[in-house]
Amino acid sequence: MEQTWRQAKAAFAAVAIPPVAWLLLFFLIPMAVIWAYSFGENTGPVTIDLTGTFANYMRALEPLYLGIFGKSLVVAGVTTLLCLIVGFPVALAIAFASPRTKAWLLLLIMLPFWTNLLIRTYALIAVLRENGYVNFTLEWFWNNASGLMTMVGLQPLGDFTPATLLYNNFAVVLGLVYVHLPFMVLPLYSALDRMDRSVMEASLDLGAGHWRTMLLVVVPLAAPGIASGILITFIPALGAYLTPDLLGGTDSQMIANVIERQFKKANDWPFGAALSFLLMYLTFFAIAAQAMVQKRAERRG
Amino acid sequence: MAREKREKPGPLEYWRQWPLRVMVGGTLAFLYLPLIILMAFSFNDSRRNIVWQGFTLDYYAKALNNDSLIEAFTNSLTIAFFCTIFSVVLGALAAVLLWRFKFPGKTPLEGAMALPIVVPEICMGVAMLVFFARVFPWPTGLAWPLNLGAIIIAHTSFAFPFVATVVRARLASFNRELEEAAKDLGAGEWRTFIDVLVPHMQPGLIAGALLAFTLSLDDFVITFFTAGPDTITFPVKVYSMLRFSVTPEVNAASTILIVVTVVITAIGLHMQGAGEAKKEKS
Repeated sequence: MEQTWRQAKAAFAAVAIPPVAWLLLFFLIPMAVIWAYSFGENTGPVTIDLTGTFANYMRALEPLYLGIFGKSLVVAGVTTLLCLIVGFPVALAIAFASPRTKAWLLLLIMLPFWTNLLIRTYALIAVLRENGYVNFTLEWFWNNASGLMTMVGLQPLGDFTPATLLYNNFAVVLGLVYVHLPFMVLPLYSALDRMDRSVMEASLDLGAGHWRTMLLVVVPLAAPGIASGILITFIPALGAYLTPDLLGGTDSQMIANVIERQFKKANDWPFGAALSFLLMYLTFFAIAAQAMVQKRAERRG
Repeated sequence: MAREKREKPGPLEYWRQWPLRVMVGGTLAFLYLPLIILMAFSFNDSRRNIVWQGFTLDYYAKALNNDSLIEAFTNSLTIAFFCTIFSVVLGALAAVLLWRFKFPGKTPLEGAMALPIVVPEICMGVAMLVFFARVFPWPTGLAWPLNLGAIIIAHTSFAFPFVATVVRARLASFNRELEEAAKDLGAGEWRTFIDVLVPHMQPGLIAGALLAFTLSLDDFVITFFTAGPDTITFPVKVYSMLRFSVTPEVNAASTILIVVTVVITAIGLHMQGAGEAKKEKS
């Protein structure tokens, strides 16, 4: 049983004070300062007055910035969808592999996590940049996920020039999928692995094909796992900074790039703070939506 | 021969169906080929690094002689080292706090502890920038490694909640009666903590340390906002090199970093596995 803190005050203080103090001083206070700045005004090159104005938020609602928010949502959404389309069959195959194979496959899926994000992005630049690697990459890409290519409206192999593959929205989405695919596979795998297989057998025995079994039996049962996979992919994709910065062109700026510019080049901290908090509210909204899906699934189960 | 012996896959043996195998193979190729190409071409004897010209270690020599690259690499490892120590201590304490005690404000604290995990990196990055610029200016010109303090603090802030989550999951399997038995037998709070609780937490602590180390080593965005001109980390350095030009030197340096992280992770996983096996035996 849990103790009440009164039963061992000294021990409670010893374990509570360091982490709580750290969290307060080095996380909550910095966040609070940004929040306060979002209601402030630039009054000089380095001075900000906290006037309680909503002007920064109003400016964020201008079509230019609203468009960037919309674009970020679309890019993150497309990334998540592609990760789901590729990740689901992969997770399914892993969940139904033999224990030994399963362990190896999981390790292989997780290993890129431990590789630096910047290095992975750089590796992708090297692949997309020059003709040689592009064709190499596209060959298998075409074989395995040709749907992905047609979605972005590209023609089959051979017609590609390196210029179309880097510094545009396609590169950003590809880079985000590249980085976030493992995030999607792991929760999907754990949901599919836990699932009661007799239900699938029953569905197949009763004459439903594989596709119908997947759509009508497996997907509803794995809904909580799918929802958490979507969330865990969507949130970092929405706030992505490095990928659009390195792989994107001038028209593929996402919200994080705009925030960065406010704090560095544009030196408009109050506006940047307001944008940061809007991005954070979007994130919280996504988390709340996922929690609702989870709750509904639990109530049904 | 083997193929003839093999039966037709059963209805649920999805792993044995070829479209799914192709899918898995394609995904792994997608994840690994760029990295393998990057590593392979760090040995390529050509400046333009498109076509294979022959094996060379020149770029490793160049990378190792590049003082600013080595300095950035040392900084990254130092930051990751201190961040790991702080995160493990703070994370373990936070896990014990949330696992052992009931206290007013527990739910809000749990929520606040989850924040650094879910808040977008860019938001945390700018918060750290403002904090260290206006609220708590980190003195400049301090001796190494104190000049890395701001980055270490920023990294610890996002890494220790991850450690707390991992350790708390481990604590869930702890039999609280053991703690009571130790206390009945005369051990004080501190002895009980060190001799009973910490050994049980050990696999969680190792996993947490590993996570903190790689999170710190991997981080670019938050470091980008807290790093000064004399506190460049490896990712920030690679980023600035990329802005100018892509050279095989970057490939070589990246390969070293990949190997370092993979080796550290392998050692950590091995230690964790060994720890768990020992536990099961006893």
